[in-house]
Amino acid sequence: MSAFLTSIGYQHWVLPALLVIPLAGALVIWVHGAVTRPRCAPGGDEVATGVAAAPRGWALATFAIEFVVSLGLWWSFDPGNTGWQSVVDWSWIPMWGIRFTLGIDGIAVMMVLLTTLIMLLAVGGSWTSIRARTHSYYALLLVLTAGMLGVFLALDLFLFYVMWEVMLVPMYFIIGIWGGERRIYASLKFFLYTMVGSMLMLAAIVYLGLAARDPATGLPNFNYDWILQHALVGSTTAKWLFGAFFLAFAVKVPMFPFHTWLPDAHVEAPTAGSVVLASIMLKLGTFGFIRLAVPLFPAAAMSPTIRSIILLLAVIGIVYGALVSLVQPDFKKLVAYSSVSHLGFVMLGIFALTVQSVQGALMVMINHGISTGALFFLIGMIYERRHTRLIDDYGGIARVVPMFAAMLTIVTFSSIGVPGTNGFVGEFLVLIGSFRTEPVFALVATTVVIISAAYLLWAIQRILFNSLDKPENEHVPDLNKRELAVLIPLVACIVWLGVYPAPVLRRMEGAATKFVSQVDARRDAMVTADAQSAPEVQP
Amino acid sequence: MLPLLQAAAAGTHPLQGTAASWLWAVPLLPFLGFLINGAFSIVSAYHAGPADPTLAHGDGHGDRHGTHDEEHGAHGDDHHQVKRHPFAMLTSIVGPGVLLLSFILTAAIFFAMHGAGEIATPFIQRYFSWMPVGDLKLDAAFQLDQLSMMMMLVITGVGTLIHFFSVGYMQDDPGYPRYFAYLNLFVFFMLLLVLGANFPVMFIGWEGVGTCSYLLIGFWFSDKANADAGKKAFIVNRIGDFGFLIAMFLLFANLGTLDFDAVRAASTSLQFGGALVTAICLFLFLGCAGKSAQIPLYVWLPDAMAGPTPVSALIHAATMVTAGVYLIARTGFLFSIAPVAQIVVVMIGALTAIFAASIGLKQWDIKKVLAYSTVSQLGYMFVGVGSGAYVAGVFHLVTHAFFKALLFLGSGSVIFAMHEAYHHTGSHEDAQDMRNMGGLRAYMPWTWALMWIATLAISGVPPFAGFFSKDEILGGVFARAQHSTIADAHLFGISGSAWLYFAYLLGIVAAFMTATYMTRMMIYTFHGPNRTGDKEREHLHDAPWIMTGPLLVLGILTLAGGWINIPEFARFLGPVGALERWLDPVVGASTQRVIAGAAETSPGLEYGLVGLAVLIAIGGIAYAATRLDPKSLVPKREAVPEEGFEKVLLDKYYVDEIYDAAVVTPVVGTSRGLLWRGVDAGLIDGLAVNGSALFARFVGWIGSQLQSGQLGTYAWVLVIGVLCVLGAVTIR
Repeated sequence: MSAFLTSIGYQHWVLPALLVIPLAGALVIWVHGAVTRPRCAPGGDEVATGVAAAPRGWALATFAIEFVVSLGLWWSFDPGNTGWQSVVDWSWIPMWGIRFTLGIDGIAVMMVLLTTLIMLLAVGGSWTSIRARTHSYYALLLVLTAGMLGVFLALDLFLFYVMWEVMLVPMYFIIGIWGGERRIYASLKFFLYTMVGSMLMLAAIVYLGLAARDPATGLPNFNYDWILQHALVGSTTAKWLFGAFFLAFAVKVPMFPFHTWLPDAHVEAPTAGSVVLASIMLKLGTFGFIRLAVPLFPAAAMSPTIRSIILLLAVIGIVYGALVSLVQPDFKKLVAYSSVSHLGFVMLGIFALTVQSVQGALMVMINHGISTGALFFLIGMIYERRHTRLIDDYGGIARVVPMFAAMLTIVTFSSIGVPGTNGFVGEFLVLIGSFRTEPVFALVATTVVIISAAYLLWAIQRILFNSLDKPENEHVPDLNKRELAVLIPLVACIVWLGVYPAPVLRRMEGAATKFVSQVDARRDAMVTADAQSAPEVQP
Repeated sequence: MLPLLQAAAAGTHPLQGTAASWLWAVPLLPFLGFLINGAFSIVSAYHAGPADPTLAHGDGHGDRHGTHDEEHGAHGDDHHQVKRHPFAMLTSIVGPGVLLLSFILTAAIFFAMHGAGEIATPFIQRYFSWMPVGDLKLDAAFQLDQLSMMMMLVITGVGTLIHFFSVGYMQDDPGYPRYFAYLNLFVFFMLLLVLGANFPVMFIGWEGVGTCSYLLIGFWFSDKANADAGKKAFIVNRIGDFGFLIAMFLLFANLGTLDFDAVRAASTSLQFGGALVTAICLFLFLGCAGKSAQIPLYVWLPDAMAGPTPVSALIHAATMVTAGVYLIARTGFLFSIAPVAQIVVVMIGALTAIFAASIGLKQWDIKKVLAYSTVSQLGYMFVGVGSGAYVAGVFHLVTHAFFKALLFLGSGSVIFAMHEAYHHTGSHEDAQDMRNMGGLRAYMPWTWALMWIATLAISGVPPFAGFFSKDEILGGVFARAQHSTIADAHLFGISGSAWLYFAYLLGIVAAFMTATYMTRMMIYTFHGPNRTGDKEREHLHDAPWIMTGPLLVLGILTLAGGWINIPEFARFLGPVGALERWLDPVVGASTQRVIAGAAETSPGLEYGLVGLAVLIAIGGIAYAATRLDPKSLVPKREAVPEEGFEKVLLDKYYVDEIYDAAVVTPVVGTSRGLLWRGVDAGLIDGLAVNGSALFARFVGWIGSQLQSGQLGTYAWVLVIGVLCVLGAVTIR
């Protein structure tokens, strides 16, 4: 396989192609819409009238191509090489020293694959649930994909910021246009929350670019590796800059107490919106910590006070998210709060800073993408049938929709981390790794294995089991073939990553180990450098 | 594919190249059964379309709800014609078939092991790398030693019998293939649990069996009580699993490995009686208390009786619930250097034994009696393994698997008969309440005879299996109270010796109660006048041979099972201490560590203890036989409610209610009131988020006031501004 990929020069074009393909698809759909739309009746049911056929077909084809293209990364990526791979580096805005630089490491590879898979399935999940303005919808979905992939691929900090904003806008519209009743409130909240953080991040990025000015030309330089080596800032400045990045990413993760946009956004977003939000967008926050915030400012991020505060917030989020999930009457909101809990594990893993905990954090990122994505798909499917998300409106439907019940049960077991499913691998690694450096935090976080079982099993009992006492639930049709086609790949991943995660772990090992050792080394180096140059700093 | 990847590490092991190289197939066979039966279940459900909405729920037939109502819904008054599942025939072959194959293979491995002579080290098969992360190297690996061998024999052997019994018991159930899929999956996980070569692989099995237990307890999920019971079992088990996890974290953080072999080797570096090893053992025991239903986590097991009765026999009596006992035997090398933890295990075990036995004295539901009896017997096993008498504890695990499986399957036959009888007349009485039984001996002679054998065994009457094993536990704890490393330790300022004597006393009293409640159960069920009903009576009969056959085999095992470890005083029965010699490579060293080279009790004392135990057993039986009068009983619907302490016992000391009030309600209340409504909606969203929005609007409002469009205002602002600037400059 690798030989074939080399023969077609895959390494050289894959990363730009991953950005171009969805944008081209979006353009085609947009043009098609612009040309044909005047002939359609506005505001009608486009699935019924057949208008939706073209955009969703195009989108499906584009995402399929995108997924197949990205799949080559699994083989072309060399786990033994810890440097950037498949790099492209083009001049973009020379007068400000901004370049178009893309590259991947083991972490980015897995995130890219997760994204392309989830987005392909998201088309399947939107197939009949999006019935209005389908051209715009699928075009936005494609632009969103390009934005998210751009964040994972960017090696130029300015490009990173641009991509960060690019993905924000389509999501705002997806929630705001195709969302539920309170979609305006939710989309605005989502937008403002994220915006506050990203504005500060922009300021920090510009500061860094200027600080890393190229001595030869005097131009700012935003290259990641360059900044890592040359943007030497004092420890107080580093803390401020870290704070700016922290706010941008912590909102995205979301960490307690910056999480309240999430339940609203999830509940109001259409199915695919919730899936993308949970599966991928939240990971951009944690990815930001691993890629930027922590490696750039190791001394600030890992200073005892800041680190303790972040660990504390992570563990509060873990427990708090689980407890609040317990009492949610709305299933979608329940899953949203459970995300706060799961993402808390990721933060705990990153800041506990052991190889196991960081690898575990990365696994939780992937697993949460798969399991929570599947949960939102399932909620969307049953919502399409019964038009309610309230747990109490169901009950006993396992005998009416056995296939749905089987799927929901498997995904639930994955989400509560039953060993043999993917959920266990991530949580276990985070906890066993964190326990080495932070036993108390790990101990508290471990209690969530009890609470998570309680909130999810209680929920599925009230949905699937108990007596079938509501007449409107008696004739709900079971999952159809399209819906199974969406779910089965996710269930397969749940089992695969639970039983044999080693190939994934091996691919991420280089990057994770590098992260831990680099942060450790640079933290110590910077502390010593500070002690020499700036004696006012507290040790 | 699996074994070909790597069979290394065992290299020159004497079992290399024998039947033991097929070890991987033992769990894989049930897993295949799960896949096939699962496919039957899914395919049929998928083609059946929406289920019949007329399947509304009735009440009153206890165990066999689902079946009963499905039949009613589908067939009206015709009680004899039953629509079987389309894949029933295939399921009946696959379900028990894979288990039988698995058992045959296990037996072959056993003979290979037996023939290979002394095997001092475990036979380890590594299949693939599971979680390779930094210095954590976890392989998917199995280990075969004498202990896991014995567990495999029990699991596949008793498992096969119960699978065959299930064919008769469950075949009219609409979820028949689903039932066998779950049951097969359970056996797979149980085998994983005992075969795992490291803690995490064992943990897959550990939680996997819990998951299957959840699915099977809630098998008839349309009844909220059943679904509740399944959920409760899972969550309570998870409390234990929390302990298991923390123990693993402690082990890895301090010893750097989780392989049993490596941990055993590294454990020599641990300080005897140190805080670390004590903490590890106590956290492990928390896991055991969850899985094996010990105080304070025993509450899920009685509720678990909501599942089909063969499930209760297999999972909630013979195999899964003994996993905790197995874990302590497996990690005996840790417990033997943590005497304080051992005292805790022994005391919890002894208290559970007597506490559950006392509840068993007053239950009316035949399965509830057996459930509390199981909790109580598990307590005995923990007294055994806790006091370092690993062989005795494991021995009781084996004999208990025989006689308790027999008791549960026997009660299954009774319920089956009762249910059919009520079904014929269409009456809705409780098929599990002993007040509705009585005199069944005349109608079900086989079941009657076999259950008496099991009753004598559990009561500890010689020469039945339970006598030998229970006696060995009580003798063992008595001997260790006299002299052992545990006796020298202290807990709460009280010497280990005193604790162990106390545990012995509790064990003796619990033994008396055991004999009493079991005899009570037998008398109320099989003796005296029949209270089932005049019309129903004529339909009562023994179960078909597919069900009674397994009972018969278990009856033989219950009779003779004790002879696998014959004590010194009964040497005329055959070779002495076969099990002890068999398990010596695994637990011998740990046992020696605890008894610290002391001689066993003197023969005179030993005869005295045995005599006392036999007297207690016979006394308990005689007490029940003379004090209870089955003629005075009336059917359930005519019974007067209990009062006083009897009511407290019947209501199980209100422990469930106390847990609800002390834990469940506060947690849910705090989460809803304080965290969600208070912190989330009130503080963060209300004050911070919407507050800052309000603040922004306020600032905007000021701004808008300024842009009033009135020239005068602008002029004033300009003037003030200029004055400020000038003032600032001047003052500088």
